Amino acid sequence: MQLESRAPTGPLAEKWDRCKMEMKLVNPANKRKYHVLVVGTGLAGGSCAASLAELGYNVSVFCYQDSPRRAHSIAAQGGINAAKNYRNDGDSVERLFLDTIKGGDYRSREANVYRLAQVSRNIIDQCVAQGVPFAREYGGQLDNRSFGGAQVSRTFYCRGQTGQQLLLGAYSSLNRQIAQGRVKSHPRHEMLDLVMVNGVARGIIVRDMVTGQIERHSGDAVVLATGGYGPVFYLSTNAKGCNVTATFRAYRRGALFANPCFTQIHPTCIPVTGDYQSKLTLMSESLRNDGRIWVPKTPADKRRPDAIPEGERDYFLERKYPSYGNLAPRDISSRAAKEACDAGLGVGDGGRGVYLDFADAIRRLGEPTIRERYGNLFEMYEHITGENPYKVPMRIYPAVHYCMGGLWVDYRLMSNIPGLFVLGEANFSDHGANRLGASALMQGLADGYFVAPYTITDYLAGVKPGAGTDLPEFAEAEAKVGGIMKRLQDARGKTSAQVFHRELGKMVWDECGMARSRASLEKLLRAIPDIRERFWKDVSVPATAGGMNQGLEYAGRVADLIDFAEVLATDALTREESCGAHFREEYQTEDGEAARNDAEYSFVSAWQNGGEGNAPVLHREHLKYEFVKPSVRSYK
Amino acid sequence: MKLHLKVWRQAGPQDAGRFENHTVEGVTPDMSFLEMLDVLNNKLLAQGKPTIAFDHDCREGICGSCSMMINGRAHGPTRGTTCQTYMRNFTDGQTVVIEPWRARAFPVMCDLVVDRSAFDRIQQAGGYVSVNTGGAPDGNCLPVPKDNAEKAMDAAQCIGCGACVAACKNASAMLFVAAKVSHLGLLPQGQPERSRRVLAMVAKMDEEGFGNCTNQYECEAVCPKAISADFIARMNRDQIGSTLIPAE
Ligand SMILES: Cc1cc2nc3c(=O)[nH]c(=O)nc-3n(C[C@H](O)[C@H](O)[C@H](O)COP(=O)(O)OP(=O)(O)OC[C@H]3O[C@@H](n4cnc5c(N)ncnc54)[C@H](O)[C@@H]3O)c2cc1C
Ligand code: SF4
Ligand code: FES
Repeated sequence: MQLESRAPTGPLAEKWDRCKMEMKLVNPANKRKYHVLVVGTGLAGGSCAASLAELGYNVSVFCYQDSPRRAHSIAAQGGINAAKNYRNDGDSVERLFLDTIKGGDYRSREANVYRLAQVSRNIIDQCVAQGVPFAREYGGQLDNRSFGGAQVSRTFYCRGQTGQQLLLGAYSSLNRQIAQGRVKSHPRHEMLDLVMVNGVARGIIVRDMVTGQIERHSGDAVVLATGGYGPVFYLSTNAKGCNVTATFRAYRRGALFANPCFTQIHPTCIPVTGDYQSKLTLMSESLRNDGRIWVPKTPADKRRPDAIPEGERDYFLERKYPSYGNLAPRDISSRAAKEACDAGLGVGDGGRGVYLDFADAIRRLGEPTIRERYGNLFEMYEHITGENPYKVPMRIYPAVHYCMGGLWVDYRLMSNIPGLFVLGEANFSDHGANRLGASALMQGLADGYFVAPYTITDYLAGVKPGAGTDLPEFAEAEAKVGGIMKRLQDARGKTSAQVFHRELGKMVWDECGMARSRASLEKLLRAIPDIRERFWKDVSVPATAGGMNQGLEYAGRVADLIDFAEVLATDALTREESCGAHFREEYQTEDGEAARNDAEYSFVSAWQNGGEGNAPVLHREHLKYEFVKPSVRSYK
Repeated sequence: MKLHLKVWRQAGPQDAGRFENHTVEGVTPDMSFLEMLDVLNNKLLAQGKPTIAFDHDCREGICGSCSMMINGRAHGPTRGTTCQTYMRNFTDGQTVVIEPWRARAFPVMCDLVVDRSAFDRIQQAGGYVSVNTGGAPDGNCLPVPKDNAEKAMDAAQCIGCGACVAACKNASAMLFVAAKVSHLGLLPQGQPERSRRVLAMVAKMDEEGFGNCTNQYECEAVCPKAISADFIARMNRDQIGSTLIPAE
């Protein structure tokens, strides 16, 4: 299979404009003849659905929550990047582009990243116009903060609830279109299959999570904006409902899954406390603006943190990466914390934690300033741990947070299946092997507001509208979905899906988490078939009296996560280099940094379903660097 | 810790519903309330019984999905959402009564799950600024005084959980609607449609069957985001002002 990125030729700065000029348009009167299905109402799906409807298309949106407003984008805390240079500190489109390419350890497409940096500016303007209450300075101008991996201050924020406010902005635009009748919203509907007709995406099969009915929906294009697959690790900062089902079932229909092994571990999360724990909570990276990270210099030091004198503390990020200090990129900071804990220097019960200390900042700026900047985060921390971070340092540890990998898409965000577009965290597009903080919100909104409306229009211009669901392909997909659910219910086992999920997640975390090796990955690949077999024999999914069956929904997602873990591990095994978040123990420099191998691995791994019982098949999209020269990523 | 639970079970909207008794053992102080229910649900699954349905997603107090009356208080004994309620606030041997939100406008769908789509419809009635994608002027063209931005943010923090409605004896949605109306009403972007917005949203709220506000302040007391009831007064002023001015 030849993977065509369809990135335009010519100078970097002109590519997107050139592409927009080359793309076809649909006459306003014809737009209403087309119907687009958008799965997902997070920043990517919500913004895309609203924008398409504004253009005049008919749109149906789907989400599994009870309201589009609850998509997991709501949980993003810290902020959103944009190359506005309002600080006059030397920011520009070029610099945001370079930071993102470098942050991604040179495993992303130049053209995509450049476009992202370009439209970042429009995003802020759009959100302001919608009434997003961004933080302001006394003069009424927009305020900024700094995030990891950048030496300029380009992050816009709404206290610690930036994702919530941006999502409510997109949701309000969506509501306006719903009120006008151009968008039909289907909350509490879960997509369970993609329907292809003559090799083209033409519809989806969903389950109404209230009545239990299976429904068919047809459209002229299908957009997946279904978020990340973090829950393959069980414990993560993702919502409980986050899943791989939508993208994985598209993969089963032939869509390629790109770079699944690029999973981001966030350095600042609240450490794990017990076996029953169901999720991990992020403490926004913005805290690293003012908090200092340290561990005691002597192993197993049991003194209270304030009883440990300065000289006996190791501020390891400041020591190892003096020019970025506590704001070193996520992959590097996470690994450094892991190393400190592996060396026995970790703090808290179990020794898997490091301090994030605000004492200096409070002395310098006063408690009220810190409260204004991070009040809700401090409150959340206290709520969960019962400790007051104004008085004692926070304890943090890395946790699974974001998926750079996702369905493969070309420059126009279309997968290898014509008519299937993939947006936001669900695609693999812009972050390479590691995402910089505050860049996911930017990418989701870039995709949905400013890229997909153009590229989907171009696609629709070439198709005849209106297919309907009365086709054998819909019947086949519906039967397949029914078959999976029946098989789950017929298992009549004794063990809840959560038990299998936890077991899977622990294994993926241990063998394919912050560090991986051939041995650990082979071990993981040997273990997965065994979990799968036990799962299908012993999972318990009772029938319910009404239509609602949360046990059934969950079991279906866990079944997909088990199969997906195999693709993830295979990808990690095949990539015999260390880059970004993918750290293979065999490939490191003398001082323990990632050793990238551009000569052999400067490509995107795109995996094709090999069919029942077969290994996935690898396709490579080679990355061409025309404008930047990949160098060793140094934050020293 | 061992807890005795009285949990509301209702198979569907038409079912009459009833309380079911359960005992959960091995509860630890660090567990969240939902993790305690996970333990119970796993036990039910091992017995081949249907699990207790409840809405939840983020489990960090921001999505607004979780929604339970715990011992008669919306979201339980502490300020914050159900998912951010920790078992350290309960005592060994305690009986805990768990019910869904009760309000005419929030019909029960299954066990502890209610239908809150009325909130979506209120927002569809006018909770937006009518601006299309593209062509927005530079974000800094429109200075917003810091105090207004902060106040708008205070209102905008509402997570749409519905606890205010559940706590109110009239099942009024005033706090929620006031938060929405005030967020945009405090910003320059929201001014052109300010009158239309408040009238449309209040009318929709009434149509959806929410009750009247009789200044009980129960809403403010349970709101996990500490939305102030002052916003209700603000909305009332807005509404009166808007009915006096002829429609644009
Ligand atoms: C705690 C946390 C903090 C973060 N902070 C930041 C930050 O400060 N800055 C930043 O840039 N990024 C941050 N991120 C990352 C960022 O929030 C996400 O990557 C981004 O919001 C994803 O948006 P999305 O639209 O792609 O997906 P989501 O918002 O996850 O939306 C997915 C949508 O798909 C729907 N869906 C999923 N599966 C199905 C299915 N099978 N059927 C039907 N519907 C389905 C869901 O209902 C939902 O509507 C953070 C992430 C987390 C978890
Ligand atoms: S006002 Fe408070 S209680 Fe009411 S919906 Fe909003 S956050 Fe929930
Ligand atoms: S589960 Fe999201 S607020 Fe409780």
